Amino acid sequence: MPPILQTENLTHIYSVGTPFERTAIRAVDFCAQKGEFLGLIGHTGSGKSTLIQHLNGLLRPTSGTVLFDGRDIHESKQETRNVRFQVGLVFQYPEYQLFEETVYRDIAFGPRNMGLDETEIDARVREAAALVGFKEKHLDRSPFALSGGQKRRAAIAGVMAMRPSVLILDEPTAGLDPRGRDEIIHNIRTFRKETDATVIMVTHSMEEIARAVDRVVVMNDGEIAMSGTRNEVFARGEELHGMGLDVPEITRIVMRLRSLGLDLPPDLFTIDQAAKAILSLKGGRD
Amino acid sequence: MQHLIETKDLTFAYRKAERDGPDASSVSLVLSDLNFAIEPGSFVAIVGANGSGKSTLAKLFNGILLPSGGRAYVDGMDTLDERLILEIRRRVGLVFQNPDNQIVSNIVEDDVAFAPENLGIAPTEIRERVDEALKAVGMYDLRRHAPHLLSGGQKQRVAIAGVIAMRPKCIVLDEPTAMLDPVGRKEVLETIRQLNREHGITVVLITHHMSECIDAARLVVMANGEIVLDGTPQTIFTQVEQLEEIGLTVPTTTALLHKLKAEGIDLPLNALTIDDCAKVIVDTM
Repeated sequence: MPPILQTENLTHIYSVGTPFERTAIRAVDFCAQKGEFLGLIGHTGSGKSTLIQHLNGLLRPTSGTVLFDGRDIHESKQETRNVRFQVGLVFQYPEYQLFEETVYRDIAFGPRNMGLDETEIDARVREAAALVGFKEKHLDRSPFALSGGQKRRAAIAGVMAMRPSVLILDEPTAGLDPRGRDEIIHNIRTFRKETDATVIMVTHSMEEIARAVDRVVVMNDGEIAMSGTRNEVFARGEELHGMGLDVPEITRIVMRLRSLGLDLPPDLFTIDQAAKAILSLKGGRD
Repeated sequence: MQHLIETKDLTFAYRKAERDGPDASSVSLVLSDLNFAIEPGSFVAIVGANGSGKSTLAKLFNGILLPSGGRAYVDGMDTLDERLILEIRRRVGLVFQNPDNQIVSNIVEDDVAFAPENLGIAPTEIRERVDEALKAVGMYDLRRHAPHLLSGGQKQRVAIAGVIAMRPKCIVLDEPTAMLDPVGRKEVLETIRQLNREHGITVVLITHHMSECIDAARLVVMANGEIVLDGTPQTIFTQVEQLEEIGLTVPTTTALLHKLKAEGIDLPLNALTIDDCAKVIVDTM
């Protein structure tokens, strides 16, 4: 089975032929397997946003190809249009794009663009609203009357309502309070469980990578620098730091404890894991 | 000593838009009867859930927003007095989330010079202020670079330098690291600490990241437009359950210690830095 999304030798240069010419991504071979939860990390300006905008055809490659389910997404206009609906993209701060009079109409915007009939649109809106934890009463409200976290979830529901087979989110938790961040991650997991969709999440939070994803792709200066499981990637802390990234804070505490002589394993990436390991170490000593 | 910023029964309300419901003429109260003061030279962190009123408060600190009720004073000057507004904005500078929205020029040093130029300051003094500001944020070596080629952390430091060039007594930063990668976040926080310690600038840091508050001398927790906790980070972060109730959390260090304590290990919860946290854990072993 081919990967659901794949890029081959993908290069994108902005403002070609001007003094502002800049290569954003260079010869990128990226792939996402069907059903996986992929985390995409990299320093600001590393090319993450440029890459994901190619994955649903919003940007055209300067060179190289983008394949969806094995087919070139720019093969025909029809194929490109199909990919726009199959690969849902949630931008940074998507709540700035809310514009309708009610939450219902905002979520319905995508499905309506797909040319679905009213019954189907209604079903999709209710399904997506439930996925992000909205109740009936929220649907008639103005999106502008919602809290910051709720606005963000309404905007994400608008993309989920298109039932994309791949959902891509660009820093979906940036600027939210801790509870808001937890809710969004929970919504994404629910969506994945209910639909078997592939999820690609761009984040600057190493804690979210540690908690949520199956595989991590690391970008650095427009190229893919690493790809692997959370444990494989976080084992290369020094290199990550050189790329503007880091390991989760809990892992830094564990490293410090190891340097003070505690015999803890280095691959602890969540608070629960670390607490458990410390307790069992103490249990052995007492 | 006079407070640098002081609020007296400060209230702020937005008028609700008609489309938001039948009670069209009603107002939505963001801050109610806030009495609060910030001392010169202090480092104060403010946390609170989205919608708790933090950003509104920041904008009231230099007259971008004006009180609906009560008063806000900067260096004793009333922000409602129109004649004082320029003077107030020179004292308190604001830095926002997105550095790209705050940068206006094609060369770093021109960008930093933008605000002092608008104040009508003499060119030689502008030169002096720009160099001083760029050195203070560690961006002097990159002064002739184009801002769009800088990293996120560097851009945000340029934005901070633009505020420093006004020689304010206080800078208020509203989630300055929300869009930055881990190293950019560290750069900005280190810069903020230095401005406070070495240059004596009063810092008000608004953030959703609890770990960023541990260096502040004072932590203010807001919920529903009111101040619910006010004290040192060491005392406030021991109140894990209360913070969780209002949608907040504690730094990773405290969360780990809290978890170990719940399992019966006797240790203090107020070790906030990684070094201190590791040390108290080792001490129990």
